[in-house]
Amino acid sequence: MKLRKLMLGAAAAAMGVSALLAPVSSAQAEETQFFPSLVYRTGAYAPNGIPFANGYSDYYRLVNERGGINGVKITVEECETGYSTDRIVECYERLKGQNGGATVFQPLSTGGTFALTEKAPVDKIPLITAGLGRSESEDGGIFKWNFPLLGTYWVAADVLVQHVGKEAGGLDKLKGKKIALIYHDSAYGKEPIPLMQKRAEMHGFELQLLPVAHPGVEQKATWLKVRRNRPDYVFLWGWGVMNSTAIKEAVATGYPREKMYGVWWSGAEPDVKDVADAAKGYNSLALQHSAEYDSSVVKEVLAKLHDQGKGTGPREEVGQVLYMRGLISAMLATEGMRVAQAKYGKGKRITGEQMRWGLENMNLTTIGLNSLGFGGVMRTTSTSCNDHMGASWARIQTWNGKGWDVGNTWYEGDRKVLGPMVTATANKYAADKKLTRRAASDCNS
Amino acid sequence: MFYRENGQFKTNYKADQQIFAITQDRWAVLALIAFAFIGVPMMVDEYLFRAILIPFLILALAAVGLNILVGYCGQLSLGSGAFMAIGAYGAYNFIMRIEGMPLILALLLGGVCATIAGIVFGIPSLRVRGLYLAVATLAAQFFWDWAFLRIGWFTIYTPSGSVAVSNLQVFGWTINSPVEKYWFCLGFLTVFALLAKNLVRSAIGRNWMAIRDMDVAAAVIGIQPLYAKLSAFAVSSFIIGVAGGLWGFVHLGGWEPAAFDIQRSFQLLFMVIIGGMGSIMGSMFGAAFIVALPIFLNQALPVVGSWVGVTISTAGIAHAEFMIFGALIVWFLIVEPHGLARLWSIGKQKMRIWPFPH
Repeated sequence: MKLRKLMLGAAAAAMGVSALLAPVSSAQAEETQFFPSLVYRTGAYAPNGIPFANGYSDYYRLVNERGGINGVKITVEECETGYSTDRIVECYERLKGQNGGATVFQPLSTGGTFALTEKAPVDKIPLITAGLGRSESEDGGIFKWNFPLLGTYWVAADVLVQHVGKEAGGLDKLKGKKIALIYHDSAYGKEPIPLMQKRAEMHGFELQLLPVAHPGVEQKATWLKVRRNRPDYVFLWGWGVMNSTAIKEAVATGYPREKMYGVWWSGAEPDVKDVADAAKGYNSLALQHSAEYDSSVVKEVLAKLHDQGKGTGPREEVGQVLYMRGLISAMLATEGMRVAQAKYGKGKRITGEQMRWGLENMNLTTIGLNSLGFGGVMRTTSTSCNDHMGASWARIQTWNGKGWDVGNTWYEGDRKVLGPMVTATANKYAADKKLTRRAASDCNS
Repeated sequence: MFYRENGQFKTNYKADQQIFAITQDRWAVLALIAFAFIGVPMMVDEYLFRAILIPFLILALAAVGLNILVGYCGQLSLGSGAFMAIGAYGAYNFIMRIEGMPLILALLLGGVCATIAGIVFGIPSLRVRGLYLAVATLAAQFFWDWAFLRIGWFTIYTPSGSVAVSNLQVFGWTINSPVEKYWFCLGFLTVFALLAKNLVRSAIGRNWMAIRDMDVAAAVIGIQPLYAKLSAFAVSSFIIGVAGGLWGFVHLGGWEPAAFDIQRSFQLLFMVIIGGMGSIMGSMFGAAFIVALPIFLNQALPVVGSWVGVTISTAGIAHAEFMIFGALIVWFLIVEPHGLARLWSIGKQKMRIWPFPH
């Protein structure tokens, strides 16, 4: 009886608290720009989600330390998603109207990108998916609100094939070779498959598809197949614990790490540090940058944030691969905002629609990058109405047991291969959705 | 004292057999439904609609479906995620492959697909019971997860296996804004809950309950286990399938099989257990508890922390949310093993006899 009363009391108290919470909708001061941050600091993908989230957060803090974008300070709010699509949608809905309205979302999840792609045009908030997301969304004529800046998975797969072709002494030498793609069995891992199939057709190599179920800690059967088939190359499309598990399994199977190539999400410190020496020789893509401890932006972050006790996360992780990816992703967002401000009013807050224009008309020059501290971290890029990706430079990096050695060759996706595929897939999407391609006049709006 | 049925005499069978025999109950429920349709949209903002109310309605619908199987017929199932997926992908295929397919018909046909799958995967229930059956239905979960990931035909060969729908409309009424989506889902839930409630009060529902309470005895008095069990599977998977279609079409908009993974099956089972087995109302309580509580905790914790001057990190909040949520489930199950629906009926009884305790 007592317990029951207690319970009713608790229920009443909970209602009371929720009533108190409801009017907490914020009335923030003007002239701040709100950047929501969808993070995953818990769950199977946390090892990779945390450094990205730290970098993402630190860059906005750094911008505020520098005085904001033309004086407009930035507010950030994090929402934990655990990499689950429905939590991403919930966080999106929660944050999109807060602090005067969200400027841009960066889901860092391909599954989440698919869900948010349908919501962005309705809410008029652009999506940046730097180095991820749906590959056909680089076609800005159809995907008005998506920005897969710096690169897509088709670019990644294309670059990897180009690289192994070069290693083999020419793409024609790939004929008869076997390439196994070990991929996370989700929208993310399946993205590169159409391109790999196309390349397999072009060069006559045999493609073996080996899916790994979420979260990726169970790969014994997959590597048994690798042992049996002995592919000439293994491409790894993993994320979170799947990456380190794959490398451990490769060691256990005795598959040479030198023949393994990871995508840029499978090439960071958390993936290899558990196996350190045994992972020696493992290769992965480096999207623009690798670990950049000596770059000027990292030095600035350390001096202005971490030395003052204002930094996010451990100091020694500043400059690691995924931390840098977080920094760059945040920088692309603030630079889009700067471009939008130049058109719609310097020192004013911008709307999601103005932000979209800014992202579409970005031009990051060497001088611009140097002034931001990103000189040497990334190459120049520019976007346009139809090209929402910009330049897509990547290199190959190799783990030496302690750090990443970055190769000297810069690769870019082959437009002759990618272009028709992007257009065809985007057109199919438009046909399914009964959308029409944006008119040229729409580009200036 | 607050409400009594004194003086309400039933003079015909129809009046005696209605769902809510007490006048006050009937008016209260009608008022509640009217409030849900008219009152709620006037006072709720977009976030509550999209993040809490719409998922709540859809999952409540799925929980009603699962409750028919688990709560009324006593067949433990862990395949509900798969049946939701079949409903969603079925409806997707109907709407994409057939030009001019109306939305509601596509959703119902998705439900029909789930029904067929439900009957097929319900066949083991004729031989195995309890936990063994749960394992057998788990096979449905894994099989359909695999099928939607591997068989390109189901996803119309989209490159990454992720599908998306938009421009939903019913007879020219476009379902775009959160209010419209809310009404659409609420309409489905109202109709299906009413149907389910009537079904479980009918002969077929009594068959199910007889099977649940003791299947040998039920067979002895002339109830066919084959018919009763498979019909429970059919009805249950139909409703779950429709809920799956709504989840994909209305709530997510775009989805991949991971949206209907094993977690979803567990989530639905917890809703039924916490809400109350064998109660339509309980399914809704359970859904409200499971959908809203984690989000509530997630938002309340930082506020509570700020009152006492503590800033909790994002990860800390997520961890605390899991712990409190788990503890609450255990606590509820100890205090009221019959679920929230039981609390509801105790509360009603208390209101009737107030101020006397008995």
